[in-house]
Amino acid sequence: MLLASLVALTLVFAIQAIRARQLISSALWLAGVSALSATLLFLYGAQWVAIIELSVGAGLVTVLFVFAINVAGDESLDRKAVPPWSVTAGFVILFVFLMGWFLLSRTPQGPGSSVAEPALQNELWISRGLDLIVQVVLIFSGVLGLLGLLAETDAPLDGSMAAEVMATRELEMRTELQGVESQLLNVQENEP
Amino acid sequence: MNIAPFNIALMGVIGLLGIGFYGLMVSRNLIKIVVALQILVKGAMLALVAAGQAAGQINLGQSMALTVIVADTIVAVMGMALGVQIRRRMGTLDVRDLSSMRG
Repeated sequence: MLLASLVALTLVFAIQAIRARQLISSALWLAGVSALSATLLFLYGAQWVAIIELSVGAGLVTVLFVFAINVAGDESLDRKAVPPWSVTAGFVILFVFLMGWFLLSRTPQGPGSSVAEPALQNELWISRGLDLIVQVVLIFSGVLGLLGLLAETDAPLDGSMAAEVMATRELEMRTELQGVESQLLNVQENEP
Repeated sequence: MNIAPFNIALMGVIGLLGIGFYGLMVSRNLIKIVVALQILVKGAMLALVAAGQAAGQINLGQSMALTVIVADTIVAVMGMALGVQIRRRMGTLDVRDLSSMRG
């Protein structure tokens, strides 16, 4: 009962995250989805992943979302689908039906492996060492992405802006030239 | 009616994948698309852990879910960085307006 309630609540939060008109509300509903997913993962026995999901999914990613929305602005758009609604709804219903038929028709036959499972640290560092290397590379690229998020350099001048800057400079040079010419004329007039 | 915990997890997985898929199709805002992707990945993560638990290999499921969390976070960071920079340079987050970037 608890599991079913948590799953239902997670789905409600996920629907709200998609339906919310404001991006900030969407990010907060998503944080709720992450927190409820972490609880579900804990109840299914994945304690370590639950902790990481709670801290990274509900914490770090939410902070990044709020920061990005503050920087980019909460641009609320009409929720008008790019494809027609009927096509979207048809695809989603077909997808859910096929996934449901594929997954729910296979009932688990109890624990599949009678061999003692290795500890998580052995599983992570020995069996899936390559995954860890890939994760390090991913984290490095994520840091670079974060630098991109924080970068505040202006865009390079496009054609019209470059022409505007050139015209301003030309005007300034002409003004200076006129000043020099008038000074020369004054000097010539004052000469005996 | 008594439903097995594995089947409850599968229903949650199907629901999350469906909602994420729907969000990907209807969203026009770049940041909203990242939110939809996050929901999709939550479904995949729950599926990995539930399958691991059902197969008696929860640690294998956990290690795979950990990889998914890292990849998902990096995708979110890169997506948001792209969104912020596109908003700064082009003044919009609407993917339909961005289609003017073609050729």
